[in-house]
Amino acid sequence: MISLLVNGRAVEVDDDPGTPLLYVLRGTLQLNGAKFGCGLGQCGACTVMVDDAAVFSCQTPIADIAGRRVTTVEGLGTRQHPGVMQQAFIDEQAAQCGYCIAGMIMRAQALVGRSASPTDDEIRAALEPNLCRCGTHSRILNAVRRAVRARQAAKADAASSVGARGG
Amino acid sequence: MSFALGPLSARAQRRRRGADAALPGSLGSSPMLDSWLRIDARGITVFTGKAELGQGIQTALIQLAAEELAVEPAAITLVAADTARTPNEGYTAGSHSMQDSGTAIMNAAAQAREILLGIAAERLQQERARLQAERGAVVAPDGRRIAYASLVSDRTLHVSAEPGSPLGDPAHRRVMGRSWPRIDIPAKVLGEAVFIQDLRPVGMVHARVVRPPSYEARLRSVDDASVLRLPGVLAVVRDGSYLAVAAQREYQAIIAMEALARAARWEEKGSLPQQSRLFEELAEWPSRNVPVAARGAADGVHGSHGGRTLEAEYRRGYLMHGSIGPSCAIALFDRGALTVWTHSQGVYPLRNALAELSGLPAQRVRCIQVEGSGCYGHNGADDAAADATIIALKLPGRPVRVQWMRSDEHLWEPYGPAMLARVRGTLDERGNIARWEYQVSSNTHSTRPGGARALMPSWFLERRLGPSAPEPIPLPAGGGDRNALPLYRIADLKVDYRFIPPMPLRVSALRSLGAHLNVFAIESFLDELARAGRVDPIDLRVRHLDDPRAVAVIRTAAERFGWRKYRRLDGRGKGFAFARYKNLAAYLAAAIEVSVDRSDGTVRVLRVVAAVDSGEAVNPDGIRNQIEGGILQALSWSLFESVKFDRMHITSRDWASYPILHFKDVPRSIEVEVLNRPGHPFLGTGEAAQGPAAAALANAVADAVQVRIRELPLTADRIRAAMTPSIALSLGAKDGSEARV
Repeated sequence: MISLLVNGRAVEVDDDPGTPLLYVLRGTLQLNGAKFGCGLGQCGACTVMVDDAAVFSCQTPIADIAGRRVTTVEGLGTRQHPGVMQQAFIDEQAAQCGYCIAGMIMRAQALVGRSASPTDDEIRAALEPNLCRCGTHSRILNAVRRAVRARQAAKADAASSVGARGG
Repeated sequence: MSFALGPLSARAQRRRRGADAALPGSLGSSPMLDSWLRIDARGITVFTGKAELGQGIQTALIQLAAEELAVEPAAITLVAADTARTPNEGYTAGSHSMQDSGTAIMNAAAQAREILLGIAAERLQQERARLQAERGAVVAPDGRRIAYASLVSDRTLHVSAEPGSPLGDPAHRRVMGRSWPRIDIPAKVLGEAVFIQDLRPVGMVHARVVRPPSYEARLRSVDDASVLRLPGVLAVVRDGSYLAVAAQREYQAIIAMEALARAARWEEKGSLPQQSRLFEELAEWPSRNVPVAARGAADGVHGSHGGRTLEAEYRRGYLMHGSIGPSCAIALFDRGALTVWTHSQGVYPLRNALAELSGLPAQRVRCIQVEGSGCYGHNGADDAAADATIIALKLPGRPVRVQWMRSDEHLWEPYGPAMLARVRGTLDERGNIARWEYQVSSNTHSTRPGGARALMPSWFLERRLGPSAPEPIPLPAGGGDRNALPLYRIADLKVDYRFIPPMPLRVSALRSLGAHLNVFAIESFLDELARAGRVDPIDLRVRHLDDPRAVAVIRTAAERFGWRKYRRLDGRGKGFAFARYKNLAAYLAAAIEVSVDRSDGTVRVLRVVAAVDSGEAVNPDGIRNQIEGGILQALSWSLFESVKFDRMHITSRDWASYPILHFKDVPRSIEVEVLNRPGHPFLGTGEAAQGPAAAALANAVADAVQVRIRELPLTADRIRAAMTPSIALSLGAKDGSEARV
């Protein structure tokens, strides 16, 4: 048995330790976010976060990540309370078939976690490993920009309300 | 928010139009209103035979029904593409969903509303003209209201549609024409179960197929004893040269598949064309001529117009659909009945093919469409359904899920065919196009089922079915000759399609079919003629067009791009192209700005502006999304893509060996202007951008660095070679596809 921490929940799985995380997420844990695209680390459809970094879950054996934090797109929000990044993708209508989108969101989420105000070039560079075949790229870029702005606005609000209390 | 009927009842109007008029859209093949629409205590359900492929069709269809039924879109549930529940609308293809299903649903909803108003008039003892339909109820002037559900019984809508419908006034749209947020997007960004890959019926097992190494390979032997001992393995399926394995868990199936592949011995034969000579070979493959158009004196001797004559040849290699999610299907064979969950574009044709494959009567086979990854045409979806069927028949009572591996999709999907177009055109003294001769060569552009032999897995069964004999798709839609006829007014013109039956590589329908290459060729050549005649390429186009809607998209795209006032910086250029898809569907014009690095030939697309007229726009943002996507996909095809092969094997087996567009290649801006035409027929949207985007790109490259590339893709190598005179000359002498302009 291997212990994993997925979306804040501790789980024990009996899959072979060499099994890539993707199949454990989709099969054993019945999560849908991470998608099978290539199994080769070439397309990014399977992208999830391990601790704070975006990884190809199809290339990550579960033995390597025992006890580390795994976040999938399901861990970012719910119908009632979508995450900031998820809401930005909805607001920009940034999907066509949508198969690549959960991977895009997780790649972008890892970016905004390490950089509060990424430039356009940094956003493109961060998303570079992920492929989209429908040609939704420009909407995806707009969604990430929108999420960055929303996070900055939320921080500014928080700072000014702290300031107001302080004054 | 309401509908009031005029003095003459709609039914009376319909009678006056005559009973023999054709029913609109797919009502012609499924005329009963309750095939499309049911109203009961649970709400309003709309049925469509068209599948959501990521194009947003569900949202648009709901908007249509909501408009005509005077309800909010949220009040409607949509059921799509299920042979047990929905009308047979054939394939979701050819940008036809709005014309076929959209038109049917809009008319059915309008007629249903009319029936509800009639029933309410009797119940309320009111004149029908004084009643209004609003928010799911019929309302009388005195404020009394009856909910729709209270007005209908089981049989109320079980009536045949009539030719004319009391459609709402296009000047007072409430839901249509608005960018309603797509209903499917929230679930996709939240990671809910949406895709066929997300279905997990109780007892489901995972299967993988061991494909032959090449198209005509035969399985000589396989020792599966060691595979059967692997953890979780349930069965090895062998039937002739067909080889598969089923296991409890998905990764167990993959491990077993790899072991089984190592244990299999194959005998290979057959040969593929020599890739470096593909177009020379293609020009010589046996063919038959399909005349597309001939008018004026184009059959006669050339050069009688006294102007300049130009000739050119344009090419594209084989292109992949390249879905990001490889094909998948689940099949359950239980008590003599087969149920197949599939992301096929055509559940009814697939049902017939699977019935033939399984030997079951068609009524014992049910196909249910579930969304897959975007397909862009005939990819592996139907084949995966065949795989699941073959394996499920051996494992009765268990849902069998077959997920294709990346290499299954890359190596075995049917590609968009290689194409070759030769054109000769003459300008008269005034710089107008006096004469045009055009010949396009390609394989068929559809090998869809059809029968079971269209399903690739059937080729390897003991009772083996070879590929079906190809046929050209008839005009006016056409296949390889789709958009081969220019929309321009040219007096002397001859257009032919050299249809090539032999198919050394597996091919079928790829988004826009022949229109991608034909529009690339025609619109590139227009640019070459414009340069030769020293006229602006947009002026040359407009001078030869009679259709004001064509001119409108051209002028809109040109203005928004800033065509006239454009100042060219070194290494940059602008390109323009236009087409009306199939010459009868959506109009689209595109302007593109590129920069080309003279040192290495790399193209960067900086900016794209497009204008599209697809008739009445039901969801303008949905149209923009489709066109933006079509442009980017066509740029990917046209900059990077061509299937690679050696004399025996396809060698493009993954994304490293078949590169596509990445984020670094995405233009800084893509603007799409939708020219809405309220009250006009739907023209479809999905495929309109493919040809114009390719041609505008090539024209922009020619403008930037004065080299004309006539073979797709426009790779950096090809452009660099064309910019280097010595290499260009030797290349030009060899294949004639690049030249200085």
